[in-house]
Amino acid sequence: MEQLRSTPLCSRHEALKALMAPFGGWNMPIQYEGIIAEHKWCREQAALFDICHMGEFLYQGDFAAGGLEDVFTFSVKSIPIGRSRYGFLLNEQGGIIDDLIVFRLAEDKAMVVVNAATSDNDFMVIKSRLRGGEFTDISADTGKLDIQGPRSRDVMIAAFGDGIAQLPYFKFTTMEILGSEAIVSRTGYTGELGYEIFLPAAKAGELWDLLLNDGRVKPAGLGARDVLRLEVGYSLYGSDIDEATTPLEADLEGFVNFEKDFVGKDALLRQKQQGVMRKKIAFEVIGRRSPRHHYEICLAGEAVGNVTSGVFAPMLGCGIGLGYVKPEAAVIGAPLTVLHDRISMEATVCQLPFYRGGSLRS
Amino acid sequence: MSTYFTKEHEWVKVKEGIGAVGISEHAAHELGDVTFVELPKMDKIVKQFEVLGSIESVKAASDIYAPISGKVVKVNEALNNTPEIVNESAEDAGWMAWIEIADESELKNLMTSEQYEEFLKTL
Repeated sequence: MEQLRSTPLCSRHEALKALMAPFGGWNMPIQYEGIIAEHKWCREQAALFDICHMGEFLYQGDFAAGGLEDVFTFSVKSIPIGRSRYGFLLNEQGGIIDDLIVFRLAEDKAMVVVNAATSDNDFMVIKSRLRGGEFTDISADTGKLDIQGPRSRDVMIAAFGDGIAQLPYFKFTTMEILGSEAIVSRTGYTGELGYEIFLPAAKAGELWDLLLNDGRVKPAGLGARDVLRLEVGYSLYGSDIDEATTPLEADLEGFVNFEKDFVGKDALLRQKQQGVMRKKIAFEVIGRRSPRHHYEICLAGEAVGNVTSGVFAPMLGCGIGLGYVKPEAAVIGAPLTVLHDRISMEATVCQLPFYRGGSLRS
Repeated sequence: MSTYFTKEHEWVKVKEGIGAVGISEHAAHELGDVTFVELPKMDKIVKQFEVLGSIESVKAASDIYAPISGKVVKVNEALNNTPEIVNESAEDAGWMAWIEIADESELKNLMTSEQYEEFLKTL
């Protein structure tokens, strides 16, 4: 069995008596005080997440000539310097190898941020598609902390000054933090106002301590992170999207630019023409039961699909979930039954996001 | 009043022929934040170790087994809207049902508090 990797903050999590568990090959904190308490703190104050496990790659060179421009489902060239963009790395069949974000650092420099579990494979695949430029895996040297919640801007200003005060959503800035160059991006995975901070891994511990020193900040683990992201309808790679799923099936066509070339484009165009065989839906449970991965979805007594993610949503007081069903069942308002063993719950197909009250655009 | 425990981490406290039942502190802690409790229906007849109800948390869904045979004569309605009471006080305010006991000698099939403590060490 392969050894689990640890982030630079592992000993701090253990000191806080976090419940640790393997995630994507890493030993990660699932919860500290408790998932519901941490979720609440994020929605009301500022929660701090150790996200050092995610992967980061640096590309230096001409995007078009080097081939980076054709790698993802979006154009890197057209990202304004200082902004980032979300999209996919696809295989030849249009299946999602990973969902990721690319930061345009300079005219000819970009940072690709990928999921932890797929990081090594992502690097290999992207590198194999490039014909020029310099492409390096900087994951081991890069730490990442997410601070998310309505108080997060005030916390960041108190710690680092006014520099980020006016930073708009999906923009980033480079600044000095603890004597090192850091990227502070106004992005996140919670639906709240927040920042993702990239800095040298060696400084991650000091930054963690500094931010936790602020009484408005508490640590939150991957358990709370999963509830937060699902409440605002974000997919999780490995659960809701995977290599056997296309962006069309995942209802994420908006992040695919058909005006340019990319690996998997032909397959997607064919699928667009033929129609998808299954479609991702969002559904809200009538009651407090939680749908879970693999539970069966039925419509009028017929099995039509499966749940891929589900939780109890504290902001709504009911269960919520994502799943894939036959296209005929993917209709807003359709009354579903979600089943597993003796468990049964009624649910209704709905639109995303489930929860709209977040401070994301504050 | 003594508390008796099952291997599946349910407890029963007996008073005048009625057994109050719930899940143990250990079970509540293992489950994490409880989000839903399926209480048994009133007047339900249960046999010892048969399914009484179920409980869900952020982590998992679990069946609850009756620690003793009898008839359900009261349920803790508060758990319908505030299931987190189970996390706060699993062996007191987090009780789930009162069972009118059919056969008090069935208690011999259960563990005492001390035996349950020892049992937990083996897990």
